[in-house]
Amino acid sequence: MSSDIRFTDFKSDKQPTWCPGCGDFGTMNGMMKALAETGNDPDCTFIVAGIGCSGKIGTYMHSYALHGVHGRALPVGIGVKLANPDLEVMVAGGDGDGYSIGAGHFVHAVRRNVDMSYVVMDNRIYGLTKGQASPTSREDFETSTSPEGTTMPPVNPLALALASGATFIAQTFSSDSQRHTEVVKEAIEHDGFGLVNVYSPCVTFNDVDTYDYFRDTIVDLGETDHDPTDKAAAREKIVDGETEYTGIIYQDENSTPWEQREGLDGNMADIPDGAPEDAMDLVREFY
Amino acid sequence: MEKSMTEGFFLRHTERGDNMPDDLNWAIGGEAGDGIDSTGKIFAQALSRAGRHVYTSKDFASRIRGGYTAYKVRTSVDRVESVVDRLDVLIALTQRTIDENMDELRDGSVIIYDGERTTMQDVEVPDNMIGLDVPLKSLAEDAGGAIMRNVVALGVACEVANFSIENLDSALEKRFKDKGQAIVENNCEAARLGQEYAAEHFDHEYGFDLDTTDEDYVLLNGDEAIGMGAIAAGCRFYSGYPITPATDVMEYLTGRIDEYGGKVIQAEDELAAINLALGAARAGARAMTATSGPGIDLMTETFGLVATSETPLVICDVMRAGPSTGMPTKQEQGDLEMLLYGGHGEVDRFVVAPTTVSECFWKTVEAFNLAEKYQMPVFLVSDLSLAVTEQTFPPETFDMDEVEIERGKVVAEEEVESWLDEQGRFQPHFPTADGVSPRAFPGTEGGAHMTTGLEHDALGRRTEDTEVRVEQVEKRKHEGPMREALEFLAEDGLDVRFISVPYISPRPDLSEEIAAAETTIVVECNAKGQFADVLEHDVLERVERVNKYNGVRFEADELASEIRDAVDTQEVPQ
Repeated sequence: MSSDIRFTDFKSDKQPTWCPGCGDFGTMNGMMKALAETGNDPDCTFIVAGIGCSGKIGTYMHSYALHGVHGRALPVGIGVKLANPDLEVMVAGGDGDGYSIGAGHFVHAVRRNVDMSYVVMDNRIYGLTKGQASPTSREDFETSTSPEGTTMPPVNPLALALASGATFIAQTFSSDSQRHTEVVKEAIEHDGFGLVNVYSPCVTFNDVDTYDYFRDTIVDLGETDHDPTDKAAAREKIVDGETEYTGIIYQDENSTPWEQREGLDGNMADIPDGAPEDAMDLVREFY
Repeated sequence: MEKSMTEGFFLRHTERGDNMPDDLNWAIGGEAGDGIDSTGKIFAQALSRAGRHVYTSKDFASRIRGGYTAYKVRTSVDRVESVVDRLDVLIALTQRTIDENMDELRDGSVIIYDGERTTMQDVEVPDNMIGLDVPLKSLAEDAGGAIMRNVVALGVACEVANFSIENLDSALEKRFKDKGQAIVENNCEAARLGQEYAAEHFDHEYGFDLDTTDEDYVLLNGDEAIGMGAIAAGCRFYSGYPITPATDVMEYLTGRIDEYGGKVIQAEDELAAINLALGAARAGARAMTATSGPGIDLMTETFGLVATSETPLVICDVMRAGPSTGMPTKQEQGDLEMLLYGGHGEVDRFVVAPTTVSECFWKTVEAFNLAEKYQMPVFLVSDLSLAVTEQTFPPETFDMDEVEIERGKVVAEEEVESWLDEQGRFQPHFPTADGVSPRAFPGTEGGAHMTTGLEHDALGRRTEDTEVRVEQVEKRKHEGPMREALEFLAEDGLDVRFISVPYISPRPDLSEEIAAAETTIVVECNAKGQFADVLEHDVLERVERVNKYNGVRFEADELASEIRDAVDTQEVPQ
């Protein structure tokens, strides 16, 4: 990897079509800065995105990338990383992609703890389909498909991650560019699955979880005496349900990535021109 | 079409009771949990190691209630390629085993059972058959434990079949060596006690004589052949979700693929399985997933993405009886329409269906080459019968030196430049003359690119430009490569009386063969005759259909009779 990579090297020449003011601009800029500042090269980086406003990110960034089907970005990212552990893999998603249609994969990706990062643009609304309730929408949030509110409690993705054995749980706010970038860098450098849930406001369809709301309520744990390696303290913050915490909430410093535990370090793309040399041994096994 | 066949269903035995002395049909049956599979496999292995050909089948069929299971072995010094509905020797652990097989037992068939077992005390062996009441459990206890009673029965079977007991030893060694030498010796002793008991207590003329030869055979089933083919072909990434009858592919690869730098991933569901494999393939690995019908349904979600992103991927469907959960342990070939037409939108795909265990190996190798050469998804289609059939082959059937690997248009770093656009951007979907675009593995300098399930341009970026849409659709039609593929596929088995069609999409043009035949009969394990429909559509001519969909595979003599009937029906009006 070259050392003179700048964050603009991760930028494609395609102009984003997100609504002006969308939180995803800030989220993406932080991702690009974090990738560059951790010494990654676009040619050795793989971005996977699902469906939704967040899914467009692969188009606006420059790297190897796949924009997949709805909800399945995490398995694709795991497949890429295991096939070639030298690649930096970052998966981007939204609250619908990650915590609704892809919720099953989220739990198992967390469990598997492959060395990659997962950045979720959580705006608590379905934006691309023009304003329906998302799994993180508030119980009383009225939308075109929930005129009386969702009448269900929102999913707590951080609690779901903690219960699934997460080794890195963080939350950021897209407009706090510096902190967001710092935390995503930590997620990249973490030895395992790094979850960053980003408050990334939708200015068009969510008039409750707004920039002002987050600015007024967020408590940055980086400015408190919170110890992210203290699991009990992390649990308390995560299940609190009242306060919008940002920063690194939990980190297991002894985390070992799954691929390391399984002894995977080669590039699976490298194969011989014919069957492996001792392949007849496989046949002889059937004697 | 001639009545005899050269492959698949080998109609050598057409008459009941046409008992060649060297051809033995043997079975062990009991309740699930009785160790039926394991015992049957030991006997099959012993025969194989003695230089005899073996063809096995597993019988989960029940006419009464669930739980019954049997392992059947047909063996000969000549090649055997099917089961027949005739049983010469039956080890019956339950009364029901005898009831279930009454139609297949004949004059002189031998039934081995343990009359001391409380449930077997009232066994009545028909007068025209030979019943051997052997205290299997007591003899097993003498050898070291009741658990070996099935092995005692194998010793009895050796005596009946005039098959030297020494042949069992090496199979027992293979089966039990992981458990220690003492266990191996106890089992060999159990077999001897069974053999000696039979020799001392009975004085029948059984009429069997199992010759041995010096041939070395290997014994494997269709799932194992697919797994071995995958490793040979350079597959390094397998992701799957356990499902009958495809699980054996996954279990075969687990541990073995690791020796070659690969990994098996057990996914949380089939949606994840295909997406994991897709990710690995995007990273440049030869990747595969295997499942059965219910899993194919889920994987269909991602199938279009695999195709439109032009990602080489092998998706194996080991078919079982559907729809929905259907009959998980029963035979059916009912997924054809799904594989040909599944998924929204229009997608070209390869559908390759091996029809024998050895073909399972070679078609798997070929599936990976087709996938990478044409950057397309390949459905590799097998079925329950192939998955559970263990068959003997000379090892050179799987000559690894014959395995060729074609990776297609993989772009090396120094070639990247020729695939960049004017602004220096790599074009993963560049519309080449042959429809196949350059492929840069991640990590290749200057090759960074994206792709998407949205319609995209040469750069892999979303577009709704009508001209680009048409260009990309035309490109994905792969007409050139498909025609080329057909040319080399056409050599396969077309000029014989029995036509096996492993290439279903694209498939060879069979018009001439069908025109030349007096009668064309399409044999399928499904109710509708899905391939017959496809053929009729292709050649605009009616074909006769022989269908079976009760969940049990065809047996050779049964099929012979069906074919005879079909030909007769055709001939009546003429």
